[in-house]
Amino acid sequence: MTAAADGPRVGRRRISPAGLGLPACGLAAVGGFLLAVGHGAVQIAPGEVAAILGEQLGLIANADVTRAQETVLLAIRLPRAVLGLLVGAGLAVAGAALQGLFRNPLADPGLIGVSNGAALAAAATIVLGGAGVLGLPAWLVPHLLPISAFAGGVAATWLVYLIASREGTTDVAVMLLAGVALNAIVAAGIGLLIFLSNDQELRDLNFWLLGSLGGATWDRLAVSAPLILAPTLLLIAQGRRLNALLLGEVEAGHLGVAVERTKRTIVLLAAMAVGAAVALTGVIGFIGLVVPHLIRLLIGPDHRTLLPASILLGAALLLAADVLARTLALPAELPIGILTSTVGGPFFLWLLLRQRTQWAI
Amino acid sequence: MLAACDVRLTRGGRPVLAGASLALGPGDLVAVIGPNGAGKSSLLQVLSRALVPDRGEVTLDGRALADWHRAEIARRRAVLPQAPNVVFPFRVRDVVALGRSPHAGVSDRLSDRRVVESAMAETGVTHLADRLYATLSGGERQRVHLARVLAQVWVPPDDGSACYLLLDEPTNNLDLAHQHELLRQAHRFAASGGGVLAILHDPNLAAAYADRIAIVRDGQVVVDAAPETALQPATLSEVFGLPVEVIRPDGFARPLIVPAPATVGANALK
Repeated sequence: MTAAADGPRVGRRRISPAGLGLPACGLAAVGGFLLAVGHGAVQIAPGEVAAILGEQLGLIANADVTRAQETVLLAIRLPRAVLGLLVGAGLAVAGAALQGLFRNPLADPGLIGVSNGAALAAAATIVLGGAGVLGLPAWLVPHLLPISAFAGGVAATWLVYLIASREGTTDVAVMLLAGVALNAIVAAGIGLLIFLSNDQELRDLNFWLLGSLGGATWDRLAVSAPLILAPTLLLIAQGRRLNALLLGEVEAGHLGVAVERTKRTIVLLAAMAVGAAVALTGVIGFIGLVVPHLIRLLIGPDHRTLLPASILLGAALLLAADVLARTLALPAELPIGILTSTVGGPFFLWLLLRQRTQWAI
Repeated sequence: MLAACDVRLTRGGRPVLAGASLALGPGDLVAVIGPNGAGKSSLLQVLSRALVPDRGEVTLDGRALADWHRAEIARRRAVLPQAPNVVFPFRVRDVVALGRSPHAGVSDRLSDRRVVESAMAETGVTHLADRLYATLSGGERQRVHLARVLAQVWVPPDDGSACYLLLDEPTNNLDLAHQHELLRQAHRFAASGGGVLAILHDPNLAAAYADRIAIVRDGQVVVDAAPETALQPATLSEVFGLPVEVIRPDGFARPLIVPAPATVGANALK
C-alpha cells in the first residue's frame, strides 16, 4: 500500500512526440529556406549564402562569391524565400486554427470565404481597375491589387461571420454553410469578370488565380510582411483555448474559455493572415488543409504544438513547392497553385483512405 | 455555497425556469429528479453560468456569478455534460488533462500531471490512458469525462472555499456497477468537502446516495428535502404521472421506489 501513500505514480518523463517533432519541423523549415535561396539557374551553396549575408552585415571582408550570386541572392531569391516562408506559415496556421475552431477536419481557410473574397476583389481590380486608378495617388497604384485583395478577403469573412451570428452567439455550422454559399456566389462573380476581360487581363487574372511567389521585392514585403506575420504569431497563443473548444463550445465555457471572444479573435486573425497571403501571392490551395493533418499524424493533435509546428512545416512545404515551380519547366515558371494542388489533392485522398474511421464524425 | 434564488428563464418563447431556487453547500450531494422537460438541465446550466437567467440571482460564495472571472469559476466548479464528443485523435490522458486548462499559469506542470493521474485512477481509466478517445465505448468515455471534471476541481482554492461538481445525467451509458461506482465517487467528493449536484433519472439511485433530493417540475423546485421526506408516493406519482409505491425492504437503509402493481405486470401489458 506504499504506492497509495505516495500518491499515484506519475508517468516517467518520456521524450514526447512534440519534443522531437517541433525541432524536426524547424529543421525542415531551415532546409526549405536554404534550398529556396540556393537552388536554381545560379547555384548558391549554404556556405556562400552565409558569406554573402555576412558581407552585407559587415562581418566578413571579402566573401568568395561571384557578383551574379550576390545579386541573385539579395535581389531575387531572398525576398522570394522570405515571402514563401511567411505565406506558407500563415496559410498553414490559419488552416490549423480554423479546423480546430470548426471542429471539422475539412475546414480550410478557403471555406470561410477569405480566399475567394480576396480573389474576387483582385479580379475586379485587374479587370475593372483601369478606370478606378484615375484620381488615386501615384504611390498607391502599385499596391492597389494587394490592398483590394486583403480588403476583399477580410470583408467576405466578416459577411460570413455576420450571417452566422445571432443574439451574440455564432453558429459555426451555419458559418461553414454560409461560407460554401458565398464561395459559389463569388465564383460566379469571378467567372463574369473572366468573361468581361480582354486577353492581357485574362493572362494577369489567370496567373493570379493560380498563385505565384514571383514578383517578391523588399519594398512589397516591407508593406505586407507585418500583415501576415502579426496574425500568424498571435494565433499561436490560442492553443489552449482551441484544445478546450474541441470538447464543444459549452464545455469550453465550463473550462473558463471566453468562447465568443475566442471565436471572433480566431476568425479575424485567420482572415487577416490568409487575406494578406492571398493578396501577395494569389490563391495557393491545400497548404492550409494538408499541413495541419500532417502535423496531427506526425506529432499529435494538441494545438499548443500543432500551431507552431504548422507554421514551420507550412513554410517548409511552400518553399519546397516554389523550388519545384521555378525549376521544373525552365525557363518558364509553373504557377505554384497548380503544384500544391496536384501534390496536395492525391496526398489528402491517401490520408483520408488511410484513417477513414478516425475522421468519422 | 452555490445558490440559485428565484431564477426565471425563457427560451424560445417558452418559460423553462419559473422561479426555481436551490442551494448547494460544501459536503452536500444533491440529486435532482423530475420528468423530461421539467427544467433540470436548465437549472444546472444556470448554476454553471452557461445560461444567464432573465430574473433572479445565482451566487457562488455570496458573490453574483456574473461578477466572477470565468477562469476563477472554472477553478471552483466543473460540469459533466451529457454525451460530450471530442474531435481529432486525442488520447485519453490528453482529454483528462484538458480539465487542468483553467489552472494554466496558476499551478505547476508536475502537480497538474499528478492530478491527472490521480483523477484517472479515481474513475478507473488509468489502463486506458494511452488509448485514442475515439476508440472507447460510451461508458468508458463517460468515465474519462468524469476524470476530466474531477481533475478540474481536484484541489480546492487557496482561500479554503469549496469546489462544486455539476453532473448532468452522469449515469448515462454506464452499466449497473459503474452507475453505483460513479455515485460513490460523487459521495467521496462531497465527503471531502466539495458540493455535488447530479441530475438523475433513477429515483432509487438518488434515494441510495443523495443527502437531499430536489424534485423539479414545470421550472420550479417543488420539493427539496432528505430522501425519506422527499420521496412520498403521492408526490412522485403526481410529478411523474405514474402511480408508484415507496417500499422499505428489510436490510435497506434507504427507501425503494417501484411502479405500483396496477401499472406493471401482466394486466398492464394487455
